[in-house]
Amino acid sequence: MTETARITDPDLSALVACPSCDALHRMAEVPTGGRARCHRCGMVLMAPREGALTRIVMLSTTALVLMVAAVFFPFLELQAGGLRQRSSVFDAVMAFSEGLMLPLSVAVAALIVILPLARFAAILYALAPMAFGKAPARHAARAFRLAEELKPWAMAEIFIVGVAVALVKVAGLAQVSLGPAFWAFATLVMVTALKDNFMCRLTIWKTLEERAKS
Amino acid sequence: MENPGRTREILTARRAGLVGCSRCGRVHAPGAGTCLRCGSRLASRDRLSLQRVWAWLAAGIVVYIPANIYPMLLTTQFGKTSENTIVGGVIDLVEHHAYGIALIVFTASVLIPIGKFIAIAYLALSVKSAVMIRGHGRQRLYEVVEFVGRWSMIDVFVVAILAALVQFDFVAAVNPGIAAVSFALSVAFTMLSAQSFDPKTIWDAYEADDT
Repeated sequence: MTETARITDPDLSALVACPSCDALHRMAEVPTGGRARCHRCGMVLMAPREGALTRIVMLSTTALVLMVAAVFFPFLELQAGGLRQRSSVFDAVMAFSEGLMLPLSVAVAALIVILPLARFAAILYALAPMAFGKAPARHAARAFRLAEELKPWAMAEIFIVGVAVALVKVAGLAQVSLGPAFWAFATLVMVTALKDNFMCRLTIWKTLEERAKS
Repeated sequence: MENPGRTREILTARRAGLVGCSRCGRVHAPGAGTCLRCGSRLASRDRLSLQRVWAWLAAGIVVYIPANIYPMLLTTQFGKTSENTIVGGVIDLVEHHAYGIALIVFTASVLIPIGKFIAIAYLALSVKSAVMIRGHGRQRLYEVVEFVGRWSMIDVFVVAILAALVQFDFVAAVNPGIAAVSFALSVAFTMLSAQSFDPKTIWDAYEADDT
């Protein structure tokens, strides 16, 4: 064992190991709006923002409301030879609901609706009490861990690009117009991007730990 | 933020005899089971990481083959059904002079998946063998692979939207083909493969001498 291995536990919380390359850093006060990068691999370790908690909570709430609108309002409207077809995200999800395609239907529903919703809910559960100045809820750490694990699987923004491609493919076949849900979804994507921009993982984890103690 | 280690060689948590959490960066004394801050399972290095990477990657490549052979889209117009594979769909778009969209679909469903197979295999191989790109290059490659992988799902969503939208009984109907399922699986498997990779191992090669 080396000397450092005998550091007692309280001292350890003043250190941070880069999650990506394991380089040790001594935690320093990072000014709001500043950015601390890992010495070795350049990963952003901390980037605290002014009032980040409140903003994340507000944006997540907005995203939840928008998601409900985006799912049930008509998304696209199609006209061809006197026939009309309206379709909501819900319909797109149900498109695969026959026979063999059912698992795919479940997967699509999960990727574009259920997982993003779960992620927003988990973020709210973990952070909302802290934004109001209270101690975090009981399983806040678990909820935030879930939110982080879900991040790559919440694919709302990819769905939007998919819509654009589908529009072009259909354009020759029929006349297409965008419904209200499309705009709700587009806004949702922007709100999500904005929220992720404010979210500094290491800072949030640290805050969660400190607030849970007090 | 300053580094407590030597100036030239960088002190890692493992070298210091400590364990760093790969989720939240909290440093622990060796032997700790779960992270005190975020509750993740602690391991200085994930020993099974590479095995999982290879397993998911193999699964991803296997299901990518039927995804390209079988039809992705079944279009019925006036009783005649035509089948479109992934590449067929791209060619269709080019014939309709939608070059931009064709490029997006081609990138998302051909270039990205294949590029990802190669990139992940390269990352996994280079951990053990002689290092060709320096750490920063490989770190960057890993970040790109993680970021870009999910965008391959575009084609699956396009099929879902079309199938929901174009249902005019006899006049025109679009139905998903079996390739949609295997393609979605391929994307999911390679995403899992990329997530299993432990980026710390990229940097370990530089300190192999003293561990």
